[in-house]
Amino acid sequence: MATTDPGPPGPAEAPLAPETGNPIEGLVDPTAAPAGEAALVPPEIVAQTMREYIHGAWLRIRGGESGMLPVVLGLIITAVVFQIVSPHHIFLSAGNIVNLFQQSAVFMVLAMAETFALLLGEIDLSIGYVGVVGAAIAVQLVQPVTTNWPWWAAIIASLLACALIGAAQGTLITRLRLPSFIVTLAGLLIFNGVLLIVLGFGPFSGYPTLTGPSPNLHALYNLMWGHITPAAGWIALVVIVGAMGLNLWFRDSRRRRSGLVAPPVGLTVAKIVLMAIVGSAVVAVCNVNRAAVGKLEGVPWAIFIVLGVLGAWTLLLHRTRYGRYIYAIGGNPEAARRAGVRVGSIRTWAFALCALTGGIAGLLYASYLGGLSNNVNGGQLVLYAVAAAVIGGTSLFGGRGKAVHGVLGGLVIGAIYNGMYLLGLAVQWEFIVTGGVLIGAVTIDAVSRRGSTIGGAAAGR
Amino acid sequence: MIEASVDEPLLTVRGLYKSFGAVQALSDVNLDVPAGQVTSLSGDNGAGKSVLIKCISGILEPDRGQLHWEGKPVRIRSAHDSAALGIETVYQDLALADNLDIVQNMFLGRERLRRRLLDEDSMERAAGETLAGLGVTTIRSIRQPVGSLSGGQRQSVAVAKAVMWNSKLVIMDEPTAALGVTQTAMVLNLVRRLRDHGLAVLMISHNLNDVFSVADRIAVMYLGTIVKDDSTSNFDRQSVVEYMTTGGLGVKTDGPSADAGAVEHGHD
Repeated sequence: MATTDPGPPGPAEAPLAPETGNPIEGLVDPTAAPAGEAALVPPEIVAQTMREYIHGAWLRIRGGESGMLPVVLGLIITAVVFQIVSPHHIFLSAGNIVNLFQQSAVFMVLAMAETFALLLGEIDLSIGYVGVVGAAIAVQLVQPVTTNWPWWAAIIASLLACALIGAAQGTLITRLRLPSFIVTLAGLLIFNGVLLIVLGFGPFSGYPTLTGPSPNLHALYNLMWGHITPAAGWIALVVIVGAMGLNLWFRDSRRRRSGLVAPPVGLTVAKIVLMAIVGSAVVAVCNVNRAAVGKLEGVPWAIFIVLGVLGAWTLLLHRTRYGRYIYAIGGNPEAARRAGVRVGSIRTWAFALCALTGGIAGLLYASYLGGLSNNVNGGQLVLYAVAAAVIGGTSLFGGRGKAVHGVLGGLVIGAIYNGMYLLGLAVQWEFIVTGGVLIGAVTIDAVSRRGSTIGGAAAGR
Repeated sequence: MIEASVDEPLLTVRGLYKSFGAVQALSDVNLDVPAGQVTSLSGDNGAGKSVLIKCISGILEPDRGQLHWEGKPVRIRSAHDSAALGIETVYQDLALADNLDIVQNMFLGRERLRRRLLDEDSMERAAGETLAGLGVTTIRSIRQPVGSLSGGQRQSVAVAKAVMWNSKLVIMDEPTAALGVTQTAMVLNLVRRLRDHGLAVLMISHNLNDVFSVADRIAVMYLGTIVKDDSTSNFDRQSVVEYMTTGGLGVKTDGPSADAGAVEHGHD
């Protein structure tokens, strides 16, 4: 320091004195890591041991950053309650669990679609109908008496149509700076109309079905209702859990060796074991014969479709530049813009991917219904999708959320839907309960967000 | 002190003018910013400090005048131009995404890839080295979200982000304005580290304590021009205040303050 300070040494002079290796270190009050700050730091990035991790996780929950805990608890409570009250305690029977998965699959995929919009702090109200329009295109194209397209070509055409619709809406939202709420609300109406037009083609009086001997009809029908053999289910489990487990294990141990931030060994092992247990449980349940008469067993394809979408979008969101930019825009669009991110095209693409994923959900839905009719309610589907994403833990305010949240939230919505049906409750109760759960989820989201802002301000002192 | 300071300044500003309609925001600004030194830009609100740094960082284009970078005349017309020269600006709002972690923020827009996927290991290592080089050691984990950091830590991350890209001049707009005593000391230490690494620092600051504790040179702006630009040792608190409030015209302290308000340009 060459400055000759003629004035009296201010309080800021003091830190100059220790010219040791780390003058800053001395400035920090060792007690200054308050519970508020600990609550904001994900425990897996600071914990060295399992004990520290559990302690950190507990602090975080108490601090309002509960992560996926509410949805997992919600699932358990829903399951226990319905198991107790459902007639003959049928809720957790193998047959009903598989049924529940299949009912939830549409919500899960649609919620993952909505995640793209929600991460940007936007919303897409149209994907219910856009997805069903895509499905209607596919269902029409494979009809043997009219176009008779091969099933794969019909699926590609339908997903492409959905992506184009999403890109068009995204362009209006980003280039003309129209609010996404309004553009996609208009889309909800428009594509309801388009759906009726598409369904009107051909000699099906608006009700093209997927039943019939044609292999193409059969392929679409099997998206939801097809299943693999029990043995293939176990093989698939070993392959999937093995690949993911090895990947996780090698990544974490490599990072630990290089001194990078990595979870404790115990946590890595716990994650792999949990994956194996959940996976085995799913396969075991699906392999129980669930037919009243005859034989019906094996893991449904729908589960693999959901897992495929989950894997692809998790990879995209967390391991690519594109995904990183979606989070950056959701967190601070101005920072992203100044960092040179082309915010407009990232957002447009996000709406296209949202609609494309909606198309996958639409195909599953058409398969679930065994065809399509003009009384499909895409407006209600999309509200369930938003509810599922938010219940799962994705924030409505942008920047926070994962694809897996959509899957868990979709399972909750599916469980409520399924349980209320088992109880024989009329549809009005299903609406009311689902709405109530959504309000609860949004409240958790908003309150935890407020909590973290207060925590951030407090940590700044 | 670094020897580079003796010869050619890293950046020289000569005869810079900028007006917004009838309002003359900058008139005949001359400033030298040497490498390896902290230059403090002081002045009352509306003196033109923000306009000047925006002209240097390419957000605004001056009407007239010359900028010389390492002795050569340059034109800086966009933030991209200034970044290409090695000028990085840390604005008051810091431009950090709270939901991303420190590594992700530091590499935002310039992520490293490996087989088309993000190379997190290499980015984390580089970010860790930069932070360690700057003596930022109070952060619990480099992977914690920026939203969980204190004000001083956020400032440190923003500065580290700025210096990662071989920058030669770091401009900081009121880096300590929102900080408490401890956090301020931490940021000022960081500023000293930048200087010790041979970087030029141009720091806008209102706080004379901060100015006298880190600045090697002080440039005082008054009504859109630099009235005094000299080594810190040639100032004392009294004289800086006098230059800031009167332009150094002696004891006349009341007169020009009415005009001073007219040059205000939404300085935040």
